[in-house]
Amino acid sequence: MTERLPGFSTLAVHAGAQPDPTTGARATPIYQTTSFVFNDADHAASLFGLQAFGNIYTRIGNPTNAVLEERVAALEGGTAALAVASGHAAQVVVLQQLMMPGDEVLAARKLYGGSINQFTHAFKSFGWNVAWADPDDVSSFERAVTPHTKAIFIESIANPAGSITDIEAIAAVARKAGVPLIVDNTLATPYLIRPIDHGADIVVHSLTKFLGGHGNSLGGIIVDAGTFDWSKDNKYPMLSEPRPEYHGIRIQETFGNFAFAIACRVLGLRDLGPALSPFNAFMILTGIETLPLRMQRHCENAKAVAEFLAGHPAVAAVNYSGLPGDKYNQLARKYAPKGAGAVFTFSLKGGYDAGVNLVSNLKLFSHLANVGDTRSLVIHPASTTHSQLDDAAKVKSGAAPDVVRLSIGIEDKEDLIADLEQALSA
Amino acid sequence: MNHDSYDDNYIRGILNGVKSIAMVGASPVNVRPSYFAFKYLAQRGYDMIPVNPGHVGKELLGKPFVASLSDIGRPVDMIDIFRNSSHIMPVVEEALRLPQPPKVIWMQLGARDDAAAEKAEAAGIKVVMNRCPKIEYGRLSSEISWMGVNSRTLSSKRAPIPVQGQRLSLNRMSVGGGNTAASDRAAKNKSELS
Repeated sequence: MTERLPGFSTLAVHAGAQPDPTTGARATPIYQTTSFVFNDADHAASLFGLQAFGNIYTRIGNPTNAVLEERVAALEGGTAALAVASGHAAQVVVLQQLMMPGDEVLAARKLYGGSINQFTHAFKSFGWNVAWADPDDVSSFERAVTPHTKAIFIESIANPAGSITDIEAIAAVARKAGVPLIVDNTLATPYLIRPIDHGADIVVHSLTKFLGGHGNSLGGIIVDAGTFDWSKDNKYPMLSEPRPEYHGIRIQETFGNFAFAIACRVLGLRDLGPALSPFNAFMILTGIETLPLRMQRHCENAKAVAEFLAGHPAVAAVNYSGLPGDKYNQLARKYAPKGAGAVFTFSLKGGYDAGVNLVSNLKLFSHLANVGDTRSLVIHPASTTHSQLDDAAKVKSGAAPDVVRLSIGIEDKEDLIADLEQALSA
Repeated sequence: MNHDSYDDNYIRGILNGVKSIAMVGASPVNVRPSYFAFKYLAQRGYDMIPVNPGHVGKELLGKPFVASLSDIGRPVDMIDIFRNSSHIMPVVEEALRLPQPPKVIWMQLGARDDAAAEKAEAAGIKVVMNRCPKIEYGRLSSEISWMGVNSRTLSSKRAPIPVQGQRLSLNRMSVGGGNTAASDRAAKNKSELS
């Protein structure tokens, strides 16, 4: 006897949220409070000792944030999740559970420019090293694995060009190496790609982008797939060894298939501190309710705009995996059959100067450093998000000097095309 | 009976129906998972009996340890076995020899013995394997949702008002929510390998 499984859109509206038992409030209340009273001294001790489920202090957990966590966990097919202040915070918290000084994270070279910065420079001061591999060449991951490798990190749909990563092939490399595969699923969202179904052990998001979807609230989240055995060797002591912070409990032994999310909460978020505001959690939750509808429109518009640009005489090339003949079209059909996302790049025959002109002539597209808004956005990566890279690295990461990146919104596609048309001919 | 997955109503029925639980393998060490589960269930009103021959003469949260099921000296509704799979069968056989066998035999997360389950079921005993009653209670009451855990339930109904501060009721109407198929597969592969 098995119960029927609800569909994605039902989960997007309902997962994690139920009417408030006390007031009957149907929308999720914003629990804008720092702390929560204990039932009695023993209850307080039980909560601090991780023996009971409950709320202590909003830096560790908050009921509004918990609804967001359960909802994204359900949408991704994970066992649990932890919401944090930003996508960058999610990455720090994840890696803190896995890495010790001298350890290595093996990352795809095509990443969000901010992640490349964080991995290369900020993590260096923790003694965490990064090795880079080419997501278009799976064997480059195999070659880069060393005894110090503790995790592999990729993006499902990769910034900035919207290229599609062969998640299953890289998951096989991670399994062979005995390390977890972490997938940043920000640009795809679980509506388009569910990395856990393809072998990911951990999924991270910037909730700021399509999940929140309205460009109004920062947030990040970590989803535990519940698939990785942290105790099979001594590689992950945060999860397998007695923790002095909690009188010697072992996190995996105690929390089973949601141990990683708990470690991120009680060892990572508690001690590093990047908590998400409950107000932001509420805004993002409201956004997620319409995620399927928005993603359908984002993808439909992106395809129409990409087709228009591909036929325009001023355009040298369009990199959109949803176009037949694109380098990533096969992978897009496999991993993202509902749509290839709404972030892509194109290059102009007029080079760098034409790119700068285009950006300044657009009247509906907003020139800013974000993606995944209801509004259509444009940026020139080489001078902004990827400006810290040298020219060769810019080309390798898909941000060559003549490249313009678009994030297509949910406006009427005819208006977006008209805006691009006037800007290209201005 | 399919022991790969359980209907929520089956688990809810068991946790709502039983009043006394003998925990075989209960530990007095306050960082062990069995201690966590024992304490949690005791706080939810279950009449808990710790069974562990290594700790006779000691108490667990005020309850004296007994050496074996036959030493309990009164009928119990459920036996929760906190031992690994290879130690399940003798406990089940002992339970079946009791003057009044339990209504439910529950094997802890990670523990599964299909032959033992079949024996118990043939005697009319309900069986749950590879689950934790604390986690299931937390999941079906949605208390576990406070930890960001996927409870795999959805509900549009208002649950009973908490009676004791941060403690939610098991008596909640829900339907199935988001599944965790990848984790279930990984657990199955691991148990087949070991």
